[in-house]
Amino acid sequence: MGGTSEKTINLKLKIWKQNGPDDKGHFIEHEAKSVSTDMSFLEMMDVVNEDLVKAGKSPVEFDHDCREGICGACSMVINGNPHGPDTATTTCQLHMRRFQDGQTVVIEPFRARAFPVVRDLVVDRSAFDRIIQAGGFISVNTGNAQDANALPVPKVDADEAFASAACIGCGACVAVCKNASANLFVSAKITHLGLVPQGQAERDERARNMVQQMDQEGFGACTNTGACSAACPKEISLENIAQMNKDFLKASLKDRS
Amino acid sequence: MSNGTLNSNCPAGDIQSRWDNHKFSMKLVNPANKRKHSVIVVGTGLAGASASASMAELGYKVKAFTILDSPRRSHSIAAQGGINAAKNYPNDGDSIYRLFYDTVKGGDFRARESNVYRLAQISNNIIDQCVAQGVPFARDYGGLLANRSFGGAQVSRTFYARGQTGQQLLIGAYSALSRQVGLGKVDLHTRKEMLDLVVVNGKARGIITRDVTTGKIERHLADAVCLATGGYGNVYFLSTNAMNCNVTASWRAHKKGAYFANPCFTQIHPTCIPRSGDYQSKLTLMSESLRNDGRVWVPKEKGDHRRPNDIPEEERDYYLERIYPSFGNLVPRDVASRQAKFRVDEGRGVGPTGEAVYLDFLSAIKRDGEKAISEKYGNLFQMYEKITDENPYKVPMRIYPAVHYTMGGLWVDYNLQSNLPGLHVLGEANFSDHGANRLGASALMQGLADGYFVIPYTIGNYIASNTIEDVTVDHEAFKEAESTVRHRLDKIVAMNGSTTVDEIHRELGNIMWNHVGMSRTASGLKEAIEKIQTLREKFWVDGKIVGEANYKNAEVEKAGRVADFLELGELMAMDALTREESCGGHFREEHQTPENEAKRDDENFTHVAAWESTADNGGNKIEWQRHKEELDFEYVQPTQRSYK
Repeated sequence: MGGTSEKTINLKLKIWKQNGPDDKGHFIEHEAKSVSTDMSFLEMMDVVNEDLVKAGKSPVEFDHDCREGICGACSMVINGNPHGPDTATTTCQLHMRRFQDGQTVVIEPFRARAFPVVRDLVVDRSAFDRIIQAGGFISVNTGNAQDANALPVPKVDADEAFASAACIGCGACVAVCKNASANLFVSAKITHLGLVPQGQAERDERARNMVQQMDQEGFGACTNTGACSAACPKEISLENIAQMNKDFLKASLKDRS
Repeated sequence: MSNGTLNSNCPAGDIQSRWDNHKFSMKLVNPANKRKHSVIVVGTGLAGASASASMAELGYKVKAFTILDSPRRSHSIAAQGGINAAKNYPNDGDSIYRLFYDTVKGGDFRARESNVYRLAQISNNIIDQCVAQGVPFARDYGGLLANRSFGGAQVSRTFYARGQTGQQLLIGAYSALSRQVGLGKVDLHTRKEMLDLVVVNGKARGIITRDVTTGKIERHLADAVCLATGGYGNVYFLSTNAMNCNVTASWRAHKKGAYFANPCFTQIHPTCIPRSGDYQSKLTLMSESLRNDGRVWVPKEKGDHRRPNDIPEEERDYYLERIYPSFGNLVPRDVASRQAKFRVDEGRGVGPTGEAVYLDFLSAIKRDGEKAISEKYGNLFQMYEKITDENPYKVPMRIYPAVHYTMGGLWVDYNLQSNLPGLHVLGEANFSDHGANRLGASALMQGLADGYFVIPYTIGNYIASNTIEDVTVDHEAFKEAESTVRHRLDKIVAMNGSTTVDEIHRELGNIMWNHVGMSRTASGLKEAIEKIQTLREKFWVDGKIVGEANYKNAEVEKAGRVADFLELGELMAMDALTREESCGGHFREEHQTPENEAKRDDENFTHVAAWESTADNGGNKIEWQRHKEELDFEYVQPTQRSYK
């Protein structure tokens, strides 16, 4: 027989409820009984909601989709940590065996001025999309491409570009930062596209436009504490930010507009 | 379109030149006129995002819709393995013709040859396009692209970005889409769900949407509508699909006249992490590359509850190696899944639920060392341990098949147009190119082929050869569709019984899995139809919804989707019942060879079944009519697949 733990625990949950962006919001308390330690955190939330609905109470809204740690939809702060206590783990991949019987678990939305609360634990992260729309791309129309192997890319560059491109756009970096800075997210894209030869033509313009949009969205300044990288479920490195600063400075000096 | 056979509108001539000739014969829209025409694209995964971006680049006004908060979260993002293309970079004998041949054969001769050939041709352009966008594919030390063999293919034609190929391709398509949004060419609507299709005088002209955060109902008008809304695997409740994947957009279009083709063709992937309890919300896929080194087994005796490592070698049944000595653990997905189910049905399943088989790496570790195995599969082993709390280096993995992909979908012709003029369907949402079984690394290829390289041509042909009536959203058809949507939402919000939406969905999933799953019988399918009808009634009578529809309320969203799954499920069972043969993922126990393999009936079933919704009196009874599109095999001769 496979050795699953088949253990259950009881938890005291304090969950943030907020009717909309203008509502003040408050915590509700809920006893989660007999939670199987094999459950994922979101499955525990499903059971909580099922109980609330059965009791005729409004369930807790939260964003989630793939539940495989890749879509970046889940976004809770659990006991003060975006995506909970585990490193390199999204909320959907966090399991209840990580918690102790009788523990109090506080569940809040990602909090940042640029991420207004939609309802309960759901926040609006469209600021990230607008930053990408400002320059997070290579301008190549469909059909314009040359043969894929016409331009070799050194393996180390391709691997580093991949490491930066692995960002899932969840926003944990913003949620954990005391200034709600988006530097890790923005720099990951600038670094990814700056490492491949196809991305060179627009490199300066990209850095300028994306940074400008980031500032307009109301994200805070970066003070290099590194909390973002520590909280990042994909372990995006702080070096991306150094690269972005370099690109941005260079682009500003060369600005011909 | 009347009764009888459907016309696929495939061009004639040599298969090699059909798409080129067709591109030339299609009508064009003058560049200056393109900006006067508009297209709605629903869905922003690989197919939808690439279609929206490419059409906007051509000059069309595009409105793109997603139910998610960002296009970047669409479920294409979760694809792991890779994307096929016939580049033949490894010089190992691949060609467009071979990719075409493999795909037709892999689909068990139930796909359209012309479409598949075009797909194989386009595959090469896709890789070029993605690299130009900056997609960081795996590369060799010389800086050129790396390829691997995947899913039992005899050539290495799969391009990949570690185990995150879907993510990287989607980010590429998303960046192209974002660029057009920034330029003002695409009007992007996030968190909006399409709840009906609007048909004006026989042509698809718009959609009704609900903003899931505010509940606001909107009417959107365009010259044509494209659905790129993915597959319907979540009808089984448990699947590897993301939680928000649903059939509603396709189903609403179906109820407005679009035919649903081969709904019973579903792909059940053999290597997923088994469910651990009733609370389970979804299943997680483990890449099928694991079968390259893992050996599948169950105990020889029923009800053997010893720990796997305590069961001696001679009391284990390595059943795939026993039944298929030449392919062994590497038999195709449908065969591996079915055999796992047979073992569990015999009472030889393992693990706490008895619904699993072992995938054992101990002999590989003994042979190659732990380090070598960890280099190949380290991230997968880690993921497995995270979910199950078991160390696969020490204890065999437990795996079980799970619903993964749906080959069926809305019927489309060669131009990706449904039988409803103006309605086009792309990606997994159409029934298209995979026949009765999809090969690994072909879903990403098809989604991007449709979006980047097919629809930009065929949409122009549709617009140039049709008169687009000058109407507004005040047209009667819009009013009527909106009122249907509102009526249905009112009905949902009024549900005040005692059964939650998830409970109904789970029950539907059980019926589907037990009767319309890996193995099907006439009596089981008839039973499923009755049970689904009863469950559908229960849903509307005893379902429970808390709250209103004018703010973010996931229960309301789920209820609408489950209501549609409750109708689709019946049609899937009916399609499986009327297809009196076994082919690919569709296995009818009555139609098998003496060795328990799928037995096709080419004489009577070399056709696509396309279902028309004929009667829905608003009550529980729904009726359909079955139409056929005959399939011709001019190039690849149908044969019995054998893996012995």
